[in-house]
Amino acid sequence: MNDATDNLIEIRDLDYTRGRRQIFRGLNITIKRGQITAIMGPSGTGKTTLLSLITRQLRPDRGSIVVDGIDVSALNQKELYRFRRRFGMLFQNGALLTDLSVFENVAFPLREHTKLPNRLIRHIVLTKLHAVGLRGAADMMPSELSGGMARRIALARAMVMDPDILIYDEPFVGLDPISMGVIVRLVRQMNDALGISSILVSHDVQEIAAVADCSYLIADGKVAASGSPDELSNTSSEVVKQFMHGMADGPVAFHYAAPNYAEQLLGRDVE
Amino acid sequence: MFRELYYTFVEFLRTFGALQLFFLRLLSHSPYIIVRRFGLVVHQVHNAGALSLVIIMVCGLFVGGVLGLQGYSNLSKFNAEDAVGAVAALGLIKELGPVITALLFSGRAGTALASEIGLMKATDQLSAMEMMAISPMQRVLVPRFLGGVISMPLLAAVFTVVGLFGAHLVGVTLLGVDAGAFWAQMQNAVEPGDVYEGIIKSTVFGVVASLLAVWEGYNAIPTAEGVGRATTRTVVITAISILILDFMITAISI
Repeated sequence: MNDATDNLIEIRDLDYTRGRRQIFRGLNITIKRGQITAIMGPSGTGKTTLLSLITRQLRPDRGSIVVDGIDVSALNQKELYRFRRRFGMLFQNGALLTDLSVFENVAFPLREHTKLPNRLIRHIVLTKLHAVGLRGAADMMPSELSGGMARRIALARAMVMDPDILIYDEPFVGLDPISMGVIVRLVRQMNDALGISSILVSHDVQEIAAVADCSYLIADGKVAASGSPDELSNTSSEVVKQFMHGMADGPVAFHYAAPNYAEQLLGRDVE
Repeated sequence: MFRELYYTFVEFLRTFGALQLFFLRLLSHSPYIIVRRFGLVVHQVHNAGALSLVIIMVCGLFVGGVLGLQGYSNLSKFNAEDAVGAVAALGLIKELGPVITALLFSGRAGTALASEIGLMKATDQLSAMEMMAISPMQRVLVPRFLGGVISMPLLAAVFTVVGLFGAHLVGVTLLGVDAGAFWAQMQNAVEPGDVYEGIIKSTVFGVVASLLAVWEGYNAIPTAEGVGRATTRTVVITAISILILDFMITAISI
């Protein structure tokens, strides 16, 4: 690992277009080693797309993404898979493999990538399950789990290969307050106990304020604001204010672009 | 209008080309999976093959029974009802066995494959594998494809055997055709070439049905509607392809 620099991920002048919609325009983000970095933004700003770009599930139109000194776009398939082993990713709905039990789901990367004996795999898997508090659910099937449990299992699976970077895609969506609290605590604990770096994509302002060291707010394909959650709350920018305080109308308009209301009601727009 | 037709044609060619590339990718990964991860294939042979056995056997029995009935009623007009065994055997081995098995296989196993893979895609399971540096191609698609390819000829063989039993049941046991004549006529009429034709057909159909199921599932739009459409398309396209290919193979082998 390159310890000389504090910057783990550097995204420079990133452009990305999907279909006719330009999602990113000259995006610049720096993610520091050992920190929890939150990427926030209204729905549809491309937060998940950004994660896909960082892990090269997608390729940018322009600009560079450098992860720990490695230019992501220059990797071939073999190097890409080796590169991805450094990541653990928690998908929005957990993305557990539905035909495998909880235990086998967590064991899955170990069985695929290593030739460890069964006893050792069992040991590692139970340790990880214990860390997320679900050792007792080892024999259950994913369909029997609640949303919060599924996400915790997925977190155990994301950690099982001891990654350097943990990525969370909307980890708080659709959870009850207790499960949410559990996940928030786990995110913090994992980051500090394992000495890894975490990237968290979310729009749950409260939870992010509780857990993130640094946040980026993306709007209109660019970084609208960055800094600690406190700094973002006290900003003067209208966009940031609207987002952080959850105001219905503001720079991000309540109304989706539409023809003139009165004229549409009178049917004049049809002519 | 011509413009639309042109674009539809170009789109068809593009999809067909992509399908061929996809097929080559499946093939290029197959040796590794066969040698190193054969357990995954066995599991899929169980899913696609063993679990389709009951439906194949039931249908085989009745198709054979119908052949016995039709053969008897038509052949008896020429006092040739002894030939019912030969008629049933040739019909089953060369045509009905491979074709009906392939159609049933696509309805039972093909749809299961397409919807399973489509749902895995819709619920991010394939992306999760990608992120765990595990190739979905190797771990999910190739074993399912190979499972189908191995199962299909075996199922066609089972279908044919049960069909012959059905024809025997109706022709000999119920309608009173002489058992010796039934089997002797069959033995005289069926050449090794007929059996090879059946084997070739069922293998080709197995490749086509499995390929299309895996392809449709993998390319499904990851929504509930998309997976539903992929499942339907699997059955429809497989049925059309199999009937066209059946004609082509028959034409070549005659």
